[in-house]
Amino acid sequence: MFESGSILSLAVGLVVSGDPELWSIIALSLRVSLTAVALACLIGLPLGAFLAVVKFPGRGGLVALLNAFMGLPPVVVGLFVYLALSRSGPLGVLGLLYTPTAMIIAQTILVTPLIAALARQSMADLHGEYDEFFRSLGLSTRQTIGALIWDGRYSLSTAALAGFGRAIAEVGAVIIVGGNIEHVTRVMTTAIALETSKGDLALAMALGLILIAIALLVNVAVLSLNRTAKRLAYA
Amino acid sequence: MLKPPELTGNGASLATSLFPLVISDLTFGSRERTLIDNLTMTLDGRGITAVMGANGAGKSLLLRLLHGLLTPTSGTINWNGQQLDDDIRARQAMVFQRPTMLRRSAADNLAFALQGLPRSKRKHRVEELITEAKLEHAALTPARLLSGGEQQRLAIARARASEPELLFLDEPAASLDPIATHAVEDFVRDIHHDGIKVILVTHDVGQAKRLADDVLFLHRGRVIEQAPAEEFFKRPTSAAARAYLDGQLAI
Ligand SMILES: Nc1ncnc2c1ncn2[C@@H]1O[C@H](COP(=O)(O)OP(=O)(O)OP(=O)(O)O)[C@@H](O)[C@H]1O
Ligand SMILES: [Mg+2]
Repeated sequence: MFESGSILSLAVGLVVSGDPELWSIIALSLRVSLTAVALACLIGLPLGAFLAVVKFPGRGGLVALLNAFMGLPPVVVGLFVYLALSRSGPLGVLGLLYTPTAMIIAQTILVTPLIAALARQSMADLHGEYDEFFRSLGLSTRQTIGALIWDGRYSLSTAALAGFGRAIAEVGAVIIVGGNIEHVTRVMTTAIALETSKGDLALAMALGLILIAIALLVNVAVLSLNRTAKRLAYA
Repeated sequence: MLKPPELTGNGASLATSLFPLVISDLTFGSRERTLIDNLTMTLDGRGITAVMGANGAGKSLLLRLLHGLLTPTSGTINWNGQQLDDDIRARQAMVFQRPTMLRRSAADNLAFALQGLPRSKRKHRVEELITEAKLEHAALTPARLLSGGEQQRLAIARARASEPELLFLDEPAASLDPIATHAVEDFVRDIHHDGIKVILVTHDVGQAKRLADDVLFLHRGRVIEQAPAEEFFKRPTSAAARAYLDGQLAI
């Protein structure tokens, strides 16, 4: 296994030496996925809270749909966004296909249901606890949702991290709408998927290591958030 | 800061009093059980009213119904001739038997109840309330880490923050040590002296004797006695109230 050993050391070398190509790929990955998660939070957190607080006919069905969409296959999301953005598609005039923006759109669609569904669950629990008190204060729906989001900030951060973990690791959606164009839309997962076959194994391995490190970091962050929340009795 | 007892606490809504409170044929329950049973009574806006009765008699339910958190199965609740609406509820405040502590500091729990106040005034008012609740040492502590008694005091201060004309207190001194109980009782007297009507649920006969002007005694969802406190404790007329008071004395 001499060869794979040397690939590993080459990969570590790339990471340590700050190889510009490697870091530009990492930077784009982070930019795309972090932006997508931020947008998904902007939509998903209020949506989750709204579904937890406001009763309306059809809510149960909507929640079931949301829960089903938590596990949307990335390639399918990619396909739909591709169809929408392709030249003949309804949004084709925008010329977004094969741009980072297209990747952000796809990942936002991918993780919004996940974040909204997780948010709804924790908001519903919290609302059960706070409901009578809030009604006693005469809070409006808007105030209620705002207060629930703030008081649920730890579990909601966990939901956001789960969304980030899913976004940064998916390949199906970004490869279809981004196309893995060097210096333009090449992110970690697409690089690993496609560079391997072209023989740039060290780069692929280096990116793999970074992805594993990110996954570890996300989990550490979730753990420490949970621990802090417990310590402050905010869980 | 003391105002004469005749004034109501909320300057904005002096127009009409909430009282008399007239309850007629109030019923609440499920198909299987009637929990509040055809309750009829009248209450005026003076003094501290103690609500007493055994566990499960319906005391907390009655408070929830009066505060509009539950909808009666049948019957009516009239506040000086008016049905309860958002405006009337805004003039009331309630300290629950198990107070809800927001996942924020003690001070921020108070600020939360002061959302109607401009930001500049809020900070000052929070400090006042923290002092009144004797929580200076814990103002920045997450409220859910406060001791049971400190949480009770915080909940009372928070209820007072909205300057209600009527305050419902559901066993505010349960789980308090004697000194804290004493502090809560002083606090209740203060509140009352500010012209706020207090309806207080308590199992503590001593406390009821010290605080209450009149007593409502609930038994299985009905008011079976309503009398001035002195009279009630000297000569309870119902067998249930006698048994309840005897049980208390026997402890
Ligand atoms: N939402 C509800 N649904 C069904 N039953 C309820 C509900 N809330 C209360 N009850 C029942 O109604 C009865 C009266 O409850 P309530 O909480 O008013 O008692 P209480 O007089 O306050 O007693 P305690 O002194 O123990 O606080 C109890 O038997 C309780 O189980
Ligand atoms: Mg009770």
